[in-house]
Amino acid sequence: MGQVLGRVLSKLWGGDKEIRILILGLDGAGKTTILYRLQIGEVITTVPTIGFNVETLTYKNLKFNVWDLGGQTSIRPYWRCYYANTAAVIFVVDATDRDRINTSKEELKEMLSEEELADSALLVFANKQDQPGAMTAPEVSQALELVGMKDRSWSIVACSAIKGEGLTEGLDWLVEVIKEEQL
Amino acid sequence: MSYKKNEDLDSGPGGAVMDKMTVFQDCIAGFNASPIQPRKCRVLLTKLTYLLSTGDIFARDESTRLFFSITKLFQHKDIALRQMVYLVIKELARSADDVIMVTSSIMKDTTVGSDVVYRPNAIRTLARIIDASTIQAIERLIKTAIVDKHPVVSSAALISSYHLLPVSREVVRRWTNETQDTVLAQKIFPQAAYGGASGGLGIGPAGPAPSVMTQYHALGLLYQLRSHDRMALIKMIQQLANAGSALKSPAAVVMLIRFVARTIDEDRNMRRPLYSLLEGWLKHKSDMVNFEAAKTILEMRDATDAEVSPAINVLQLFLSSPRFVSRFSAIRILNRFAMIRPQNVNVCNIDIEALINDPNRSIATYAITTLLKTGNEASVDRLMKQITGFMNDISDEFKIIVVDAIRSLCLKFPSKQASMLSFLSGVLRDEGGYEFKRAVVEAMFDLIKFVPDSKEDALAYLCEFIEDCEFTKLAVRILHLLGEEGPSTAHPTKYIRYIYNRVVLENAIVRAAAVTALSKFSLIDDASVEESVKVLLTRCLDDPDDEVRDRAAMALRLSATEKTLAKEYLAPESVPSLVALEQQLILYVTGGPDAAKVAFDISSVPFISKDQADADQFRAKTMATLPILGVSSMESGSVAGSGGVSPSKTPASVGEDFAQKYAAALAKIPEFHPFGAVIRSSRPVPLTESETEYVITGIKHLYNDHLVLQFDVQNTLPDTVLEDVSVIASPNMADDETEPFVEEFIIAIPRLVQESTGTIYVAFSRPCGEENAYTGAVFSNTLRFTSKEIDPTTSEPEEEGYEDEYQVEDIEVGVGDFLVPTYVGNFQHMWDQLSFETSETYSLSGIGSLSEACSSVIESLSMQPLEGSETPLQSATHVLKLFARTLQGGKVVALVRMAYSAKTGVTLKISSRAEDERVAKMVVGGIA
Repeated sequence: MGQVLGRVLSKLWGGDKEIRILILGLDGAGKTTILYRLQIGEVITTVPTIGFNVETLTYKNLKFNVWDLGGQTSIRPYWRCYYANTAAVIFVVDATDRDRINTSKEELKEMLSEEELADSALLVFANKQDQPGAMTAPEVSQALELVGMKDRSWSIVACSAIKGEGLTEGLDWLVEVIKEEQL
Repeated sequence: MSYKKNEDLDSGPGGAVMDKMTVFQDCIAGFNASPIQPRKCRVLLTKLTYLLSTGDIFARDESTRLFFSITKLFQHKDIALRQMVYLVIKELARSADDVIMVTSSIMKDTTVGSDVVYRPNAIRTLARIIDASTIQAIERLIKTAIVDKHPVVSSAALISSYHLLPVSREVVRRWTNETQDTVLAQKIFPQAAYGGASGGLGIGPAGPAPSVMTQYHALGLLYQLRSHDRMALIKMIQQLANAGSALKSPAAVVMLIRFVARTIDEDRNMRRPLYSLLEGWLKHKSDMVNFEAAKTILEMRDATDAEVSPAINVLQLFLSSPRFVSRFSAIRILNRFAMIRPQNVNVCNIDIEALINDPNRSIATYAITTLLKTGNEASVDRLMKQITGFMNDISDEFKIIVVDAIRSLCLKFPSKQASMLSFLSGVLRDEGGYEFKRAVVEAMFDLIKFVPDSKEDALAYLCEFIEDCEFTKLAVRILHLLGEEGPSTAHPTKYIRYIYNRVVLENAIVRAAAVTALSKFSLIDDASVEESVKVLLTRCLDDPDDEVRDRAAMALRLSATEKTLAKEYLAPESVPSLVALEQQLILYVTGGPDAAKVAFDISSVPFISKDQADADQFRAKTMATLPILGVSSMESGSVAGSGGVSPSKTPASVGEDFAQKYAAALAKIPEFHPFGAVIRSSRPVPLTESETEYVITGIKHLYNDHLVLQFDVQNTLPDTVLEDVSVIASPNMADDETEPFVEEFIIAIPRLVQESTGTIYVAFSRPCGEENAYTGAVFSNTLRFTSKEIDPTTSEPEEEGYEDEYQVEDIEVGVGDFLVPTYVGNFQHMWDQLSFETSETYSLSGIGSLSEACSSVIESLSMQPLEGSETPLQSATHVLKLFARTLQGGKVVALVRMAYSAKTGVTLKISSRAEDERVAKMVVGGIA
C-alpha cells in the first residue's frame, strides 16, 4: 500500500506533472530578472517585457512552468488570461518604490479576488533589498495588508535578485506549500 | 497516431472534423491543457490554418481567445510546434486584438544568439504584430537580421521590412544601409549551421543557388526605400548594373530591368544610357534576363528600328530553342510587338513559320497570329487554311486570340474579306463558350461596319447563327443589328423570315428583341413589306409575355401614324446617355417622398447622337484591341508631351464617366447655379509629382460664360493639418489685346486634416461674345494654406500655424478644351463637305518619333483620330486624320502630314477645314 502511494506521489511531483507559477507585479519590480536568476543563475540585462516570458525550471525535483508577465499598465489587464491552473503566484514588489506601493496593493487585491486563483498560494518578494532605503518585509507586508488574509497560504520574503539573496528561501517555502497542498 | 490525425485533416471542408466551432473548442481545450502535448497541438494548429486559409473567419473575440490560448504554447520548446505557432499567429494577427502580448516571446526567439530553426518564422511574425508605436523597439533586431549571414534569416527580415513600410516608412528607411549591403553580399547556405541533427532549415545542397532570394528581396526593398528619390534610384541602377557580376540572382536582375523600364518611361533623359544597359543584358547568361531585356526594349515607347533590332535578333534565336518555355516566351513577346510594328518582326517570318506545326498548340497559335500580322496579302490564304486545320485542338482562350487577329486582318486587307468571312462563319458553327462566340460575332459586326462589301454575306451568316444560338445575349445583339442594318439592304424581306422565326421559337427576352427588330422593317417605303410586317406584329399580340405584347402593340400603333413620328420612336437619331440616365434615376429614387411628388424629368439627361455613340464604341474597341502596353505608353506619352508631368493612365472612356460625376458634384454647389450647365469637363491633370507632400490634380470645367478650375488637394502628411487652403490661380493671356479671364470667387477648403483629400474651386468669368468664344489662357497656380503640426502627445493640432505657399504646375486652357473628339465613318466625305481651309507648317525638334508626334497632336487638339491613323506604320512619313466637334456642335477636320528625320526631328504640316474660319485657324494654331 505504502509502495503504491509512493509511486503515485513520485509521479505527481517528480514526473511529468508541471506546476504553473505566475510572476506578477508592477513594471520595473524585477520580475524578469528574478525569473532568469532562478533559471540560469545569472543576472541578465532586461528590457521592459511587452507580453510575457515563459521558462521551465526544475527545483528540488519539481518541474515548474514559470510565467513572467509584463507589469506595464497596458499589459496588466491580460494577466487574467493566464490565471487558469495556477499553483502559485509570486508577487514581486519594488521595496524602494514607496510611491507606488499602494498601486501594488490594489493590483494584488484585484488579482486575488479572481476565482481562478482561489486555490493558489501566494509568495511576495520584497525585492531590491540591496538598495538603500528599501522597505523591510514587515513594512511591505503591512502596506499590502497581507496580515488579514485568510483562506490562503502566503508568505513574504525580502530578497535581492541582483545579489541572489532570499530567492531560495522563498522557493523553499513554495515547494513545501505545494507539496502539502498536492497531498 | 499523428498519421491517423493527418488523414482526418484530409477529409477536408464539410467533414465533421473540420467544423469551425468544433475546431475552436478543441483548440481552446488542447492549448490550455497541462502538460502540453505537442503532436496533438500541431494537428489542431494545422486544422486552424486550414480553416483560416480556406476563408473561415473567426469573430474578433473568438480570434482573441484563440490567440491567448496559443500563447500558452510558448512554454513548450518543441521546434515543429513553435513553427506552427508562428504560422497561426501570423494569420490571427489580422483578426485578433492585443497580439502585442507575444512581443517579448518572439523577440527572444529572434535575437542574434538564438540559432534556432524557427528564427525566420519568428521574424516574419514579429512584423505582423508590431505597430507604429512599438516599431522602434525592434529596429536593431531587424537590422542585425538583415545582415545575418544566413540567407533565410536575411530574407525573412527583408520581407518583414517590406510589410513594415506601411506601418512606418520613416523607421524602415533607416535600414537602407543594411539592405544595400545585403544586395551586394554573397550569402551561401551553410551546410549544417542550424539545428544540426534536428534537420537544419530543410534546404540541403540541392536547394536554390546561393543567395538567389536574398538579393531579390533586398533589391525589392531598396527600390521601395528609394522610389521617392529619382536620383538615388538612378544611382542604384547604375551601380548595380555596372558592377556587372554583383547581382548573381537572375530574378534580381529581372527586377532591376523592370526598374530600368520604369525609369526610362518617366525620365527621357535617362533613355540613352539605360538603353545600353538593356542591350548588355540581352547577352546575359540567363534566359529570363534575356527575355526581360528584350521585352523591355520592345515595350519602350518610340524605340527606333536600330534599337529594337538586337532584341528581335535575340528572340529570333530563342524561336528555335529546344525548350518549349523559351519558344513560347519568345513568340509571345514577338506577337505583342507585331501588333504595333509588324514591319520589324518581318525578319523572323521564316522561323515563325516553322513554329506553325509546333507540337505545343499555344506556341503554334501565337505563331500563326503573329504571321497574320506580319504577313502580306498573298500569304493570308495559306495561313487561313492552316488555322482551320487546328482550330479544334486549341482552347477557347487561344481561339479568341486567333479571331482577334483575323478581325484586324480583315480591316487591313478588305479584299480578303470573303475567305475570312467564311472562316469566321465556320468557327461560329464550332463548339465554343460564350466569350469565344462573342469574339467571333464582334468580328463580324466590325466587318459589317467597316467593310461594306461584306455586309450582305455577314448578315446572312449571322441569321444562320441565330437559328441555333444558345446564348441569349448574342441573339439579342444580332437581332438588334438586323433591325439596324436589314431595312437598308437590297432585299430586306429575307431577314424578316429569320427574325420572325425567333418570335416563334425563342425565350421571352429574344422574342422581345425580335419584335423591336421587326418593327423597324415597317419603316421601309414599300406597302407590301409594311403590310406583312403588320400581320406578323399582330400575331405577336397573342404572346404570353407582357413585354413582347407591349412592344408589338406599340409598334403597330406607331405604324398607323405618320412615318416621321414612327421613325422618331422606332429608329431614333439620338439616345439618352445611359450613365447619366442611371445617375439621375438613382438621385430621383433616393430623393425621398418630396422628389417623388414630381415626375422624373427626362430632359435633364443629356442625349447622345448616333455619331457620338459610334465614337464611344470605336474608342472602346481600339482600347480593347490594342495591347495593354500600346495604350498605356501612348497615354503617358501624350501627357508627358504636353505637360511634362508624371503619366496618367486613365483611359479616355473612363474620362467620360468622370465628366458625369463632376457634373453631379458641381450641381450640388449653389454658387455655380447661375452659370448654367457644364458644357465640358476636362480629364484630371496632375499638377504635382504623385509622391510629394501635397498631391494636387486640376480639372477644367467650361460653362457658357464661365470657367471653373477644380483643384483636388491631397494632404499626404501624417502629422500636419492644413487650414484655409486655397489656390491663387492667375491667368496669363496669350497677348494683351484679348479680353481677360476675371476671377469671380474661390471656394476654399476650411480645414484639411492629415492624409485626406479636399476640393477647391476657383471660378472665372470667360471673355464673352462671339469673337472671344475660343480664347484660351495659361493659369499659373499657387497653393496657399496655414500649416499646423499635430502634437504627438495630444493628437491635437497646435494653436499657432504658419502660412505657407506651394507652387504647382500651370493649367492651360487651349484648343483642346473647345473641341470634343467625335467619330465619323468617312473622313474624305467630311473633308469635301467643309469649306474654310487653313494650313500651317511646324517643325518639332524636341520630338523623337512619329508616334510620339501623333499622340502629342491628338492630345493637344483633343480630336478623334480616324481610320487607324494614330499609329504610324512607317518611321519616316505619316498622315494623321482627325475629326472633332466644337462645343457648339460645329464640325472640324484636320489632316496632318508629318515627316521624321533623325537630324531635324518631326516636321509637320497641318491643314484644317471647318464650318467657321476661326475654328479652322484655332486648330491650326493649336499645335504651337
